[in-house]
Amino acid sequence: MERFHSPSAFFFYGLFAFLLLASLVARLLIRSGRVKGEMAQNLADRIRAWWVMIGVLALIFTLGAGAITLFFALCSMAALREFATITHTRRDDHDGLAIAFYAVLPLQYLLVYFEVPVFAALLIPVYCFLLLPVVTVMKGEVQGFLTRVSETQWALMVCVYCVSHIPAILTLDIPGYPYSAFTLVAWLILVVQASDVLQYVWGKALGRHLLAPRVSPSKTVEGLVGGVLSASALGVALAPFTPFGWWQAGLIALTVTTFGFLGGLIMSAIKRDRGVKDWGTLVQGHGGILDRLDSLVFSAPIFLHILAWGWL
Amino acid sequence: MTATIPVRLTRAGLVATARLLLSLRAIDLPPPAGAPRILVANHVSHADFVALWSVLPPERRLRTRPVAGADYWERSDLRRWIAHQVFRAVLIDRDPNSRRSDPVETVAEVLHGGEDVIFFPEGTRNLTDTRLLPLKSGIFHLARAVPQAEIVPAWILNLDRILPKGAFLPVPLNCAVRFGQPMRVETGESREDFLTRLSAAMLALAEQKG
Repeated sequence: MERFHSPSAFFFYGLFAFLLLASLVARLLIRSGRVKGEMAQNLADRIRAWWVMIGVLALIFTLGAGAITLFFALCSMAALREFATITHTRRDDHDGLAIAFYAVLPLQYLLVYFEVPVFAALLIPVYCFLLLPVVTVMKGEVQGFLTRVSETQWALMVCVYCVSHIPAILTLDIPGYPYSAFTLVAWLILVVQASDVLQYVWGKALGRHLLAPRVSPSKTVEGLVGGVLSASALGVALAPFTPFGWWQAGLIALTVTTFGFLGGLIMSAIKRDRGVKDWGTLVQGHGGILDRLDSLVFSAPIFLHILAWGWL
Repeated sequence: MTATIPVRLTRAGLVATARLLLSLRAIDLPPPAGAPRILVANHVSHADFVALWSVLPPERRLRTRPVAGADYWERSDLRRWIAHQVFRAVLIDRDPNSRRSDPVETVAEVLHGGEDVIFFPEGTRNLTDTRLLPLKSGIFHLARAVPQAEIVPAWILNLDRILPKGAFLPVPLNCAVRFGQPMRVETGESREDFLTRLSAAMLALAEQKG
């Protein structure tokens, strides 16, 4: 029964309470007519999707490390599918993509789960980088070669390598830390996702100055500053459940939320370049799974390295 | 028309697989207009039927029937079962020399009965490198035979990239079916003009981004 009394369990209790409140407020706003039309629909869709996402996360956290790893492997699969869809890859890249989906992805998660960190760290950035273009070059098609092999490599780095760092945090055993690494994963996801939501809220409320109008029409300076600072405050408030001191928690939260923001910006630039608004339609109201994961993609490896260098 | 349990299970399985594996969805599906519809799409694989069929709302799916070549689908018991029971396909004889019934009439009858059809105007699967084969005149004759019917051009996106010719394993990609504005043969429009207009409308859907 310990898993129902762990800090991560209490994070989820808090989240469910908050969602309940958010649902009530949203219903009031919609019923009173203050939010209406498409905006109301989007708000309702988003909140419903949050219920599903947090519900699924709570379930897999209850089931254990295997379930969490499997869940993120499935997320990687869905993300890779979204990424591969918008690349220039053609018939001659088919074998490379098939290897990415059916061999590299499962292998990466097996290496993470069975704690072979050295190979987990090298598989994609070194071995896939060296070997996947070989598969492609054998086809003999040179048109757009660098673009195509780079896109496949990027797809693997973003969707598989970076995402697999989230369950990899579970393998850390921090000396003198009374809770399990589950709490650290929950802390990271909570702070980074809260930063996304809060950037949206602050941006809607106070946003005036567009940050990068050509990359993203919705990101504002006010949203960024407000979101990152308030999410970092949340990270500090939860510091007693982490191995970090107050100021350390603040600095780490600031770092991961900043990287999360930059990740969103980079992924926006890719979407803009390829002429799509969202990565997909998997998460109702949010777009694709990459639209939800983009900030975690860029912050999880940094968080893992901070923990590995500073606390092991 | 009650379907047996294996038929229902197969249908549900196909739709669920298409939705889950390919994240298949409809883009710009025009709202029902009361007139019977001929959904006209590019044809690269047998999965095209399933793709188009899956993206339709359930109540319309059950009254939308694919038009397919009898020579292929009558060849074995399994194919016959899939064609007749699962998809309720309208099978036509593609060989003008051996056929006993007029394919245009067969399909027109279905449309007159108030059901919609899925029609691949290229006449066969496109296994070449061109995006769209020259359209056969069948669609023109059909449109003339049922002038009240709407022709809805559609383009099945990415399905050809999932399992290109000669590949062994399918690579999952997000698929979608993009629909265009309903059209009809205009008065005095020649066969060539109509077919050119239709293939242009279809190719425009293929080019569209987003």
